[in-house]
This record gives sequence, structure tokens and C-alpha cells, in this order.
Amino acid sequence: MNDLHRLTIHEAHALLKDKKVSSVELTRSVLKNLEAVDSKVRACMRLTADTALESAAAADKAIARGKASVLTGVPMIIKDNMCTKGVTTTCGSKMLENFIPPYDAHVVEKLKAANAVIVAKANMDEFAMGSSTENSAFFTTHNPWKLDCVPGGSSGGSAASVAADETIYALGSDTGGSIRQPAGFCGVVGLKPTYGRVSRFGLVAFASSLDQIGPITKDVTDCAIVLNAIAGHDKRDSTTVPLGVPDYTRALTKDIRGLRVGVPREYLVEGMQPGVRKAIEAAIIQFEKLGAKVDRKVSLPNTRYGLAAYYILAPSEASANLARYDGVKYGYSYRDTTSMWEAMEKTRQFGFGAEVKRRIMLGTYALSAGYYDAYYLKAQKVRTLIRQDFDKAFDSCDVLVTPTSPTVAFKIGEKADDPVQMYLSDVCTLPINIAGVPGVSIPAGFADGLPVGLQFIGKHFGEETLLRAAHAYEQATPWHTMKPAIA
Amino acid sequence: MKHQCDTDILSGVVKYETVIGLEVHSQLLTVSKMYCSCSADYASTPPNTHVCPVCMGLPGVLPTINRRAVEFTVMTALALNCSIPEHAKFDRKNYPYPDLMKGYQISQYDKPMSVNGYLVIDIEGRKKKVGITRVHLEEDVAKLLHRTTPEGESYSLVDINRAGMPLMEIVSEPDMNSPEEARLYLVKLRSILQYLGVSTGNMEEGSFRCDANISIRPEGSKEFLGKVEVKNMNSFRAVYRALEFEEKRQREVLDTGGRITQETRGWVDEKGITVSQRSKEYAHDYRYFPEPDLPPLAFSREMVEQVRAALPELPEAKYDRFVSGYSLTPYDAGLLTDSRPLANYFEECVGLAGKSGGEKDIAKKAKTISNWLLGDFTRLLNSSNTRIEASNIKPWHLVEMFDLVDRGTLSGPLAKTVFEEMFSSGKTASAVVAERGLVQISDSGELAIIVDKVIADNDKAIADYRAGKEASLTFLIGQVMKASRGKANPAVVRKIIVDKLGGN
Ligand SMILES: [Zn+2]
Repeated sequence: MNDLHRLTIHEAHALLKDKKVSSVELTRSVLKNLEAVDSKVRACMRLTADTALESAAAADKAIARGKASVLTGVPMIIKDNMCTKGVTTTCGSKMLENFIPPYDAHVVEKLKAANAVIVAKANMDEFAMGSSTENSAFFTTHNPWKLDCVPGGSSGGSAASVAADETIYALGSDTGGSIRQPAGFCGVVGLKPTYGRVSRFGLVAFASSLDQIGPITKDVTDCAIVLNAIAGHDKRDSTTVPLGVPDYTRALTKDIRGLRVGVPREYLVEGMQPGVRKAIEAAIIQFEKLGAKVDRKVSLPNTRYGLAAYYILAPSEASANLARYDGVKYGYSYRDTTSMWEAMEKTRQFGFGAEVKRRIMLGTYALSAGYYDAYYLKAQKVRTLIRQDFDKAFDSCDVLVTPTSPTVAFKIGEKADDPVQMYLSDVCTLPINIAGVPGVSIPAGFADGLPVGLQFIGKHFGEETLLRAAHAYEQATPWHTMKPAIA
Repeated sequence: MKHQCDTDILSGVVKYETVIGLEVHSQLLTVSKMYCSCSADYASTPPNTHVCPVCMGLPGVLPTINRRAVEFTVMTALALNCSIPEHAKFDRKNYPYPDLMKGYQISQYDKPMSVNGYLVIDIEGRKKKVGITRVHLEEDVAKLLHRTTPEGESYSLVDINRAGMPLMEIVSEPDMNSPEEARLYLVKLRSILQYLGVSTGNMEEGSFRCDANISIRPEGSKEFLGKVEVKNMNSFRAVYRALEFEEKRQREVLDTGGRITQETRGWVDEKGITVSQRSKEYAHDYRYFPEPDLPPLAFSREMVEQVRAALPELPEAKYDRFVSGYSLTPYDAGLLTDSRPLANYFEECVGLAGKSGGEKDIAKKAKTISNWLLGDFTRLLNSSNTRIEASNIKPWHLVEMFDLVDRGTLSGPLAKTVFEEMFSSGKTASAVVAERGLVQISDSGELAIIVDKVIADNDKAIADYRAGKEASLTFLIGQVMKASRGKANPAVVRKIIVDKLGGN
């Protein structure tokens, strides 16, 4: 079989379990394709081919002993902001260029325990701040569908690697859309679980109250499979919720008859690309065909404050989270001085990129004496209002549907010098982080030859219904089966 | 009041009032650190051995709350008569320094675990309430060790063992009006923490630290004239001396027409002065905001009442019991109960000694024990810098010694020598007595020989005695004691002398 790398998790698992394919063969195929296309896509920060083949061999032994879980022996890629013991975790930053964590993130532990095969760490915007991977301190990832376009961000490397079949699936992290927006741009499935569903232990923090790890996969079934593996309470992350983890794959019944689907009008924003609007309209018709009850009157009025609140809250938390990078303990360290303060300041001056510094300054300002009430406190109040909007909407709806982004992937460099335009590409995704509810982006057609993402939003811990709706739509449409011709 | 003040000004003498508030940081005696599972027994291990990714502040780590530390703080707050709100939260206090591993300290800002308490101090019999503003929980920072190379280049080392130690902050109201009141407050606070078993209260080792705010103002006035924060005091005595110095310095500044600058001053113990600490490079704006990694704390009334019910006996109650139960003087009871280990030691001794005898007997034994503990024992502990718990002499050692005295085996005067030997060697009293042949001589025949010799050698004293000088008898007994090298039973000696010389 030549195209093993094109498989989904569930397809690969079926072959592995029946010993039609070994994990080593599968991993070799993935690595071979990765080596062939990554010089163009540039999704990977660091390849871990050697250890990947060792893990694959170990996985084959586990399979032979009949000890295979669905992720056993399946190759995957991890965003470079999740700590991997002994493997550099750069966060896309010069600051952590040589940082080798002495411990594994919770999700990495879980994947290793399942004998997953980690083939690479994925490129990303520096400290997950960005929507295009152009803020990576090292290089920009290219969209597999059109190489002169961005893959989205900040989990652009993860999404592009899945779209380009450089891996079977990937993990990303999402603070304001960083999983869903690149998944949408790359035509793959990306889920941001409910805040508290997946442990953040070992995820290098950007904005602690918004960050969440989630899967980026080739279809919704895989998304449910990965969520099964990574979700759950972790005593090292006090914000995880001690709720049992259902088998999310069992929710994928394809039956959404009577499901109440809301289309909040504020999300069909002005400036939305016509092709995106067309795809969303087509999707709405599709839901009705599937027997869902579509409600186009749903309103989330405080959405319009979402972007402003987000750019207070996230930078505020970031300003504290990134304070530890001072060159004293690890990472980049400016040494050409005899003054302690100068060393710390220069470390940060040269170690951080422009966007990171911009957000640290924003956050520092917003938290400063005399400004706290007007900015941070006000933003927290907006946060409450946005949550209440969602609570209210879910009184009458089971899921909400919106575009993932107002546009499809833009050209590399197009918005790089205009932070506000860049921020606007997350306008449909970041209210979901503010509310803490789950959201998933799935492919919903094309506009100008680039994938359009459809975002489903669920209730707190309502991933089952969310994935059921997304899956029903996916199975009724051909989009998830389409592959880019990388050239 | 105002009139009084004006008069003073007219007469050129302004009466000032001193106002002191104290901020105490106390490490808690938990098994693990505040936000990770590293051992809290950091001081006894080599640098950077009790560390993990969490307390090192590595990228990606998250804190978890040490429940025991929360419990200890609630216990302390209740013992200090504070109220516990239904909800409290942690906040990030942001400031850059190489000893602060995350670049922020997880502390508590506007919703601390407790507020509005008080502590009662006893100023020469007068009781005074000192308000407690709040008791909250935070984490300690790493230790910086400043070094210089042989070439004279200075550098610093970081020991992360201390980073993340649970630290309880107790803030008082500015209710103290003299260095002595401040000292009494600290003594009382420390003894409460020790009684609760939440802190060693050891200031020299840095597990109990105190910063002071001091200002003075014309008596009766409400306005403060420049608050000064004093730091770097490593003992109760240092706190007292620093405040005394600062009180005097501020008076002099005002008396000579100067103004008190609001500033932080450091105590220099060797010189006995405070010096202005150059203000940090930039003004402190800690940019507090709620810690997103930790859920808010909720305290149910049931939980609070359970903790309250389980509080151990506190110094005040013990003091009352010592006075009423053992008939100790208030002074002795105060000294004994200031320190929990001493009070416990005392009670253990009384328990061992009091197996027999009635109430009156208990009071007598308690008095003897108290005298020994507060006298020779304390003196030896202080001079050898030993903690009572670590001393060679255990309560049963002491009680055995009393027993020897009671039975007449050991003379009172010799007991002191024996005790010193016990203190340094850890031997029992009977072992020391036997080894050094210090058994008391009560045998009349044996003593009569010594008495005869003393009588023969002291004609003048004999004559004085016969002339009615009582003091001569004491002198003669002393001579016999000396001749017997302290072993003679003084009561028997006295009887023999009186019998031999006739009279009385
Ligand atoms: Zn630790």
C-alpha cells in the first residue's frame, strides 16, 4: 500500500489491529510523504523520525500482544508549545529555541501511554500569538492548498501537516481560534474542547483562562477518537473538571433530526467573503435536509465586544505568563553585560518577536494601576455578558453554526503589517474561548480554490452533541475527502 | 484634647504618639510546598534538590493548591479572631526579580482568606487588643546567594529549594504605640502559631519574618507624618531596637523642623541604625489580577466550624489554666506559656511528678518545676543555643532529679551541679550522683565528726552564736557543707550543731 499516510486514524487502526499493516510501515509511509512535501509546506519545527520508528516498533509489539488502543502505532504531530521530555519545545520563539523540557505535558503522557507515534513538533506563531504562523521566529508555514497562502494560526503547522498528510492527526492549542481558524484554512477538522475538558499541564501558557488543547484531524470520527484519549480530569491542572469522559465516537449517529441549529446573525459579519457566505448558506440548507430545525433569529449581541475584550484579557494574562522568560534560568539569555537588569531587559528585547512584545505591552498597560478598572475589569464584565449570551442562545438551540473565519486563507505577507486586520480573522472564533464553550471547525466547501471552514459551537461539555452535528454534516458532504495537490 | 495639644505647642514641647503596624510572614509546617508536591523540608538539603518543574517555574507548569496550607491559614485566622469569608481567591502579583521563578508571585489581593481579627497583648497587666487586618496565603521566593570571585567579580547563585514554600502573611492594624507593644505582639503571635503547630516561629532561620510600619504624630492628631517601612530585622530584639531607633530618629527630624519622608529603611544590626534603602529602579505597581490557573476557594460554614472546634488550646487558655490549676504566679505562667515547647515541657514534668500527692502537693511541685525551667534550665538553653525539644534533658530526667532531692539522696545545693552535668552529658541524675560520689550524707555519726572539727576550728563563730548571733549558725552550717564538699544534709547538720552547742 502506497498511500498509508492518507489514512484517517480509524482506517489506520483497522489495518493495524488486523495486522494488515504494521505501525513501522505506516510510520515510514508518513515520514516519506512528510519528507517529500514538508520542504514546500514547512509545517514541521522538528522531526523526531528516529524515536518515531522506535515508538512504532514498540507499538507493533503492543499490537502483537493484543494491547492496542485506537491510537496505538498511529503517527501524529504535536504543536511546539506542548512540552515533550527531551525534545526541544520552542513555542516558535527564539526565547525557547534550545529549551528541552525535562517533563512531558499531560496530553503527551497520555499519547505515549497509548503508544502513539510522535513524528514531529509543528511550527506555530510565537507563543501562539498570531493567525498565520508568520509570527514564528523561524519560518512561515505554507497552506497545502495554495502554497503562497498562510495556513492560519497559531496552530498553522499542525493544521497544514494534517492537510498535507504529513501525519495522520495532530494536536493544536486554541486561545482565540488557533485550532479552528487554521483547520478551516487548511480544510481539516479542528476542535477546541470546553475549557476544563483537557488538561493544560505542560502546555506553555499564553492566556491561561482561554487556552485549550484540541485535536486537528482528517474527519470528525478521528476528532472524537483523539478527544477520548486526551480529555479528562488531571489533578495537576486545577481548571480541569472532574467529569467522566464519555466515548465521543458513540455520539456520531448521523441522526440530527429535530436538532435545533442556531445561526447567530452577528456572525454573518460584514466584510465576510462572498464565497464564505455562499458556503454557509449551502450548509444551512444541508442541515434542513438532514431534518434539523434551523433558527436564523438567534442573537449573541455582545459578540461585537468580543474582539476588544479578548485583546485585553489575553494580553493581560500573557504579560504575566511570559514574565518568566528573563534569561536567568533557561532559554535565550543575553550575556554581553555586567548588569543583571540590563541582561534581563536585553534578553526580552532580543528574545521575543514584535507581536509578542506588542501583546506584553498591551497587557502590562491594561493591568497597570489606574487602568485596571477601565480595561481588565471591564473586559471581565464583557466576558460575563458574552457567556450569558451563549447560555441564552442554548436555551433554544442545541448547537450554533457560524463561519470559522470571515475569509479563506489569505496571502503570506498580506496582513503581516496590519495587526488589526490579522486580529479580525479570529472574530468568529474568539468569543467561543471567552465563553469557554466548545467549538469545532470542519470543511464546508471552497471559495477561490481554498477551503471554507464551518464552525459548530456547543454547550459547556456538550461535545457529544457538537460532534454529532458536525459528523452528520460531514457525512452528508464530500468536503472532508478532498485532498490538496501540493505544488 | 486639642486644648492640651495647643498648650504643649505653646510651651514648646510637642507630645508625639508612635503608631506601629506589623506585617509578619510565616512559613507553614506543611509536608509539601504551596503549589507543588516537593518536600517543604528545604533548609536541610543541598541547594536545588527539593525542586520540580512547577516550583522552578518552567514553561507549561500549573500550580495546585496545598489544602493543608489552606487549613493552617484558616486555623490561624480563627485563632486570631478573624472572620472567614465564603469565598477567597488567589491573585498574581507581578514583579521581575531573579528569585521569583515565574515572574509573579501567587498571592492574595482583594479577597484574602480572612479579615478583621485581633490579638490581645498584656502590657504589665493591662490588656490591649491589636487589630488583625488580614491573614492570607502566598508562596516564598528562591534564595539568592551573592558571591564574589577571587578576581573581585560579583555574581549571584539561586537556590530554588525555598521557592514555593507556603508563606502565610499576617497584617496587623497600626494599633501598637511603642516598640515594646510591637515586641509583645510578636511574642504573642509567634506563640499562637507554635501552639497551632503551623509554624516554627523561628525568626533567626527566616521562617518567621517581620516588616514594620512606623510613624509618629502629635498626640491626639489623626494624621500620619510620613510612614516608614522598616525591614531586615532578624530577631525580636532587632525589631525592638529598630523601632526604638526609628521612633527617636523621627522625633528628632520633626523637632528640628524636618519632614519625615515616606520610604523603606533597612535595619543594620551591627550598627544599631536604620538606613534608607534606595527606592527600586521603578515604582512598584504589582499589577495584581486574579490567578486564572486556580479556582476560587470556597469555605462552607461547616468546614470553618470544624476547624474551629479542632483548634488546640491556645496560650491564653493555657495561661489561665496554669494560674488556676497549678497556682503559678501570673508572671511565671506568662513566661511558661509564651513558648509552646516550654509549656508542653512543663506540663509533662508536672504530669510525671504529680502521680502522687494532693492538690497542695501539685502546686508545690509545679512551683519547683517552674523555678527550674525558668531559672537554670533556660539559662543553660540560652547559653548553649539549644531548643528545649532538642535538649539532652527530657522531662523524666528532671523529675527523677527532683525525686533524688526529695528522698534526701541529693542535696539541694549539689542539684545544680548535677543538673549542669546532666545537661551536657544527657546522663540521668542518679548516674551523675553515683559516678561522682555525690550521695548526700545524712548519717549523724559521719556528720558529727565533721561538725566537731568545724567547732574546733571556729572559736569566734561559736562565741558569737552563744552570744545570740543567729547568722553564725548559718556560717557554721556552711563550713560543714564546704568540708563535706556539699554532700552533707544541711538539715541534719543544723540539728547536730544545735544539739552540740546547746540552746535554741
Ligand atoms: Zn516543586
